[in-house]
Amino acid sequence: MTTIHPLEINFQDKIDQEAKIEPKDWMPDAYRKTNLRQISQHAHSEVVGMLPEGNWITRAPSLKRKAILIAKVQDEAGHGLYLYCAAETLGQSREQMIDDLHSGKAKYSSIFNYPTLTWADMGAIGWLVDGAAILNQVMLCRTSYGPYARAMVRICKEESFHQRQGFETLLVLSKGTEEQKAMCQDAINRWWWPSLMMFGPKDSESTNSDQSMKWKIKRKSNDELRQNFVDMIAEQIKLLGMTLPDSHLKWNEQRGSYDFGEINWDEFWNVVKGNGPCNKERIDARRKAHEEGAWVREAALAYADKKNKIKTVSAA
Amino acid sequence: MQHINFILSLADSNLILSQRNAEWCGHGPVLEQDIAITNITLDLLGQARNFYQYAARLINETGNMPGHIATEDSLAYRRTEREFKNILLCELPKGDWAQTVLRQYFYSAFCKGLYFQLLQSQDQSLAAIAEKSLKEVNYHVRWSGEWVIRLGDGTAESKQRIKQALQFLWPYTGEMFMPADFENNNGIDLASIKKQWLLDVQTILEEATLQMPAEHIFMQSGGKSGTHTEHMGYILAEMQYLQRMYPDANW
Ligand SMILES: [Fe+2]
Ligand SMILES: [Fe+2]
Repeated sequence: MTTIHPLEINFQDKIDQEAKIEPKDWMPDAYRKTNLRQISQHAHSEVVGMLPEGNWITRAPSLKRKAILIAKVQDEAGHGLYLYCAAETLGQSREQMIDDLHSGKAKYSSIFNYPTLTWADMGAIGWLVDGAAILNQVMLCRTSYGPYARAMVRICKEESFHQRQGFETLLVLSKGTEEQKAMCQDAINRWWWPSLMMFGPKDSESTNSDQSMKWKIKRKSNDELRQNFVDMIAEQIKLLGMTLPDSHLKWNEQRGSYDFGEINWDEFWNVVKGNGPCNKERIDARRKAHEEGAWVREAALAYADKKNKIKTVSAA
Repeated sequence: MQHINFILSLADSNLILSQRNAEWCGHGPVLEQDIAITNITLDLLGQARNFYQYAARLINETGNMPGHIATEDSLAYRRTEREFKNILLCELPKGDWAQTVLRQYFYSAFCKGLYFQLLQSQDQSLAAIAEKSLKEVNYHVRWSGEWVIRLGDGTAESKQRIKQALQFLWPYTGEMFMPADFENNNGIDLASIKKQWLLDVQTILEEATLQMPAEHIFMQSGGKSGTHTEHMGYILAEMQYLQRMYPDANW
């Protein structure tokens, strides 16, 4: 049994009393690392998440839908930015985080390794993927690390907007032509299971969960959040007149929740390991943007340096 | 009809440039600039929609096409490459960051002059759209002009790239000032817009330590009258595909 540092007792007290931990406060190394990993992973997810939806901007079927989609993808870029800033308060540079993403050392949400095949996918992503993200993010608005919690409050407002827009996109399709209805159902079929996977492994398999709960980084377990999500979507889908692709989905009177089928965990772990349909494409796209942007960033720096020197000289 | 065509040409140029700039979304050189260029993309799309909606209203009022109702989407998604009236400059590929920011500067500096004149238009609705757009355009001019300067006076590589962009884009700038049929006698003085535009460009290029290209070279044209580059067909094929594939659908 190791002795607990007095600083650590004090730290845990603070958390127990629901005070926020701020960048300058003392924190255990593992707390810093866990937050850094989680926040940077979250930032990467926002930025990589721009790609599957960005794929449809130039093909959006009306000018209004195009405007909504562009604004949405741009919001995600903003989320990435807030989160990189929050992660930087833990002592790592954005450049380093981006390098880790490109080298494969850092992860991002696996959901974005699935392809967007039809326009209906824009609706399904907004409704299901942003919908799943919101449950997680609403919880994170109360996470113990101050900068992360504050970033989440700003982000959550926009995410619930995204979810409503996604649902509305599907609602129009569900009332449209036979082809549109089929497109709508097909997108739901393809995005349903990957959305459930967004909550991560089962509680019994999840390695970091207990400590994260104690530190109030997380406040609900993966399985709890997943159940909340199923209960929410199983009701909302009735308004679309569509179905979820799960023959085990059934209201359980006793539990007051929906029972649902087993996730394909083999697929889950494979996509995490890099074998998903778009893992390579997504990282390649990010790397390409970064590499092709290098000369632009260098030029901006060089120009700013020149201007600063001129200022210094004239001030002297 | 001339007046409607003029409005459509403004709508088309904004839409097509928006479509081109949108290709950066998710692929920008740095997150902050990804957001900035996407802002401009959204502004251009918004301006295009205002012009299309107004053109649709005028078309419907003429009652020339019974049983057919024009909308912003019918105008954007159901016309052919020979009917689009955007200037060629807007349909050129996005190229690298140098080409994108320089094109934006050329176009926005032109729009600034044009919309300023439109404020005096007899057509109150058009003047109102111009007024609203002008606020955005002023920002686009500033943002893109600053980038031209930064790249010109940045590193050796950025200077080389902006020089190349200048050489490539310059022959497409003349079309902005060549009046099309629908621009004859519509109260817009393109010659005076050109004069101011040349002064503005010269100022920016000087600050960017770049040489002003020769003014009197052969200029490409044809966009306003529907004779486009080979890029145009691909842009429309991509943009219009869902509306063409499912003509009876609403989205
Ligand atoms: Fe987001
Ligand atoms: Fe979102």
